[in-house]
Amino acid sequence: MSLQPVKFYQTGTFTVGNRLLAPEERSVQANMERTNSLNSGHRACQGCGEALGARYAIDAAMIASQGQLVAANATGCLEVFSTPYPETSWQIPWIHSLFGNTAAVATGIAAAIKVKKAKGQGGDVRVVAQGGDGGTTDIGFGCLSGMFERNDDVLYICYDNGGYMNTGVQRSSATPPAARTATTMPVGPEPGNAFGQGKFMPALAMAHEIPYVATATVADLRDLEYKVKKAMTFRGARYIQILVPCPLGWGAASQDTIRLSRLAKETGTFPVFEAEYGEITSSSKIRRLLPVEEYLRPQKRFAHLFGKVPAVETIARLQALADRNIRRYQMLDKEAN
Amino acid sequence: MFEVRIHGRGGQGVVTAAEMLSIAAFEEGRHAQAFPSFGSERTGAPVVAFCRMADKEIRLREPIMMPDALIIQDPTLLFQVDVFSGLKKDGFILINTKSTFAELGLSDFVRDWPAERLCTLAATDLGLKHVGRPMPNVPLLAGFAALSGLIQLESVFKAINAKFSGKVAKGNIAGASEAFEFVRARIENARKEPAHA
Amino acid sequence: MLKQTEGSHAVAEAVALCRPEVICAYPISPQTHIVEGIGEMVKSGELADCEFLNVESEFAAMSVAIGSSAAGARTYTATASQGLLFMVEAVFNASGLGLPIVMTVANRAIGAPINIWNDHSDSLSQRDCGWIQLFAETNQEALDLHIQAFKLAEELSLPVMVCMDGFILTHAYERVDMPTQEQVDAFLPPYEPRQVLDPAEPVSIGAMVGPEAFMEVRYLAHAKQMQALELIPQLSAEFKTMFGRDSGGLTRSYRTEGAETIVVAMGSILGTIKDVVDEMRDAGEKIGVLGITSFRPFPLESVRAALKDVKRVVVLEKSLAVGISGILASDVRKALRKLPIDVFTVIAGLGGRAITKKSLHALFLKLPLETEESLTFLDLDWGVVNRQLERERQTRRSGPAAENMLRDIGTVASKIA
Repeated sequence: MSLQPVKFYQTGTFTVGNRLLAPEERSVQANMERTNSLNSGHRACQGCGEALGARYAIDAAMIASQGQLVAANATGCLEVFSTPYPETSWQIPWIHSLFGNTAAVATGIAAAIKVKKAKGQGGDVRVVAQGGDGGTTDIGFGCLSGMFERNDDVLYICYDNGGYMNTGVQRSSATPPAARTATTMPVGPEPGNAFGQGKFMPALAMAHEIPYVATATVADLRDLEYKVKKAMTFRGARYIQILVPCPLGWGAASQDTIRLSRLAKETGTFPVFEAEYGEITSSSKIRRLLPVEEYLRPQKRFAHLFGKVPAVETIARLQALADRNIRRYQMLDKEAN
Repeated sequence: MFEVRIHGRGGQGVVTAAEMLSIAAFEEGRHAQAFPSFGSERTGAPVVAFCRMADKEIRLREPIMMPDALIIQDPTLLFQVDVFSGLKKDGFILINTKSTFAELGLSDFVRDWPAERLCTLAATDLGLKHVGRPMPNVPLLAGFAALSGLIQLESVFKAINAKFSGKVAKGNIAGASEAFEFVRARIENARKEPAHA
Repeated sequence: MLKQTEGSHAVAEAVALCRPEVICAYPISPQTHIVEGIGEMVKSGELADCEFLNVESEFAAMSVAIGSSAAGARTYTATASQGLLFMVEAVFNASGLGLPIVMTVANRAIGAPINIWNDHSDSLSQRDCGWIQLFAETNQEALDLHIQAFKLAEELSLPVMVCMDGFILTHAYERVDMPTQEQVDAFLPPYEPRQVLDPAEPVSIGAMVGPEAFMEVRYLAHAKQMQALELIPQLSAEFKTMFGRDSGGLTRSYRTEGAETIVVAMGSILGTIKDVVDEMRDAGEKIGVLGITSFRPFPLESVRAALKDVKRVVVLEKSLAVGISGILASDVRKALRKLPIDVFTVIAGLGGRAITKKSLHALFLKLPLETEESLTFLDLDWGVVNRQLERERQTRRSGPAAENMLRDIGTVASKIA
């Protein structure tokens, strides 16, 4: 009689029941010592991918740094919903300065920590910077690139929801093609974002040849925790971009946040990978390849593609981009499929 | 107050010369103020630098429009810039050239000038000889010390050591010494033969 | 110790004596020699335990400064002109967050047209940004003010700009008395922040503040500047006791006894004005000078006390409040409210235009005759201005104004000043 190997993902996700694992293998969130760095009581929307991503990422960084962590935060949803005066959800030292300077503020913090440590006045405190995609790929790009090229000892985390959601869903340079925002409509014949524009920050980060670059989604939180912890083993500039669905901006149901994150990867729309010093070292494989429609349909920002006359050509272009991602980032495991 | 204006071209150490002159004056216990003509000039462009010397604090911040002395580091400027603008009557003129004032076409201009206030010095050659670079500024500075009698050669040495070190300082000191001696001898001659301008 | 050195280098040494822990550097003329000088001292080890960061813009420079100051490090940077404007958002942020950063502004004009020379347009454009602004008259005062600035900033948790005239001071070699490390250490204690990003005591800095508290937080910024009005003279007096020099303070009067006219100015031009005033006093004119050292906070009471008995005040300033008159003059007028004193605004020295003794003499002598004219542009070439205005009347496409006017003036290489 042949035995069927147990596949943990038979439960539907990569989430392994923690009770099946040895304590040291359990997730950070399953750890009684977790720090709740971004504590409950914040004002994020129901189903907010950014709040979920930030909680997991920062708690993982806290574990990795043994609680010696300082965070700099760009202006944006995360900043607004986490610190409604006079309350704050942050259980760690946290500073918000401006929209476009977070990487530089983090550089300054790291410099101060370095001096204090050299003087024997402080310990090995680590620094994370975090911002949305607007604060990262657009207005904060100069400071981020500077932080990268100097290889400052900062982990920068970008919570990518593909637009300026805090200000009412406007286009950023991380808005995907064909996605409709409040400011894509006046540009070009289609209501959605134009093709051939935008930038994929992880690739730009890799071009700076920084020690570590990774992408993740809030569908695979173990993977996210792993990547944050991995990033914390490096010194120098590190970058993680986390795809975080925004129910409001995407026009998606709040219970679909995890599902859409998973679909983004499973359709090849959002590649999940790691790179060290400019070279890709691993990529998360697609388990069951799906057409991009599966990802697009549940989102109202793509509803204009699925009217009485479906925008077949546009969908095909999005499929082609996904196919290119799959090739470029080797998202398909040849042996498994 | 004694005011010196130095004309030259970008790359000739004009600003450094003014700064060194101020250091030399400072070393002699005087107040001095050196400043450049604040340009964004590139190599080769006309440059002006200024130095004031006085026995009390210098508060004045205007450019030197009526100098007591002129040092001209590049004779080609004579045809491009109004270098003599505002020069006080009988002011000192030191020009970096192998030629004489007459050969430069300045005979008329200096006709009534006291001969011991005029001198030409082949300073670029001295720079080449002693430092290996066509830098006329330090020899001219030493030449100015001899011409004006305002600065001791030792003070010029101190200024050289404040700005340069090692071989370059040594070479500059040798260049300065030769320039000082040359100008001193010329002035002595001029005093003996006042008609020979 | 007395030494003959460049203004920038004197400031670099003074800053190093203050034991800064983080320096952020981005090049812009005319402040470059300062950070280069500090960089050399970091490299040589003369300035130990100091991180020197080459950043990618002035905006980053101030942002790095915000981060390092919030993390408890004594932080310094320097800028000028366009650089100051490029960092404006972070400049306001630094004061809003109450971070005691010290920054040199090597005062320089603002374009367009691009101009690298001195005037006060840059820091005066930031008069409402919440920073303290101190103006140096000489290189000695510039270096002294930096030492005072760190103490002032850290006692109040407010950032301080030390403003010194670009090129005129930064690039001038003159005599300075450089204090010793022991003297500076005795004057300036180590930085003890009011707020710090410390994992042992986590705080959130920079939270959003709504209408319910924003007014109060902003009022505090004003209250701190009012505290600075008290503290600046105290620090100046303390400085004098320890270093034996008059430096800093709110304002400084020169030969104002019995004066009928007082000239008010800031920065290095005070030296030239004093020379003119000495000559005019010798000729029997009742004229004196009031130098403003603290532009922000603006010492209304001190200015009023110094000027209240005169017939006329001449505010000579290197800045222009376009569309009204002078920036400094407006503040001086406020100080003199309800007093029967004529205030003349003289805009001078914009973009490095030399302010000469000759022009000042002529100006001060003719002033009482022109009481109806309260705004004067010193040494303005009306011919060039009128030609351009006429050109614009005649031709729709009259072309770029600055280039037209340069063509009218002709080559400047042949001019000395």
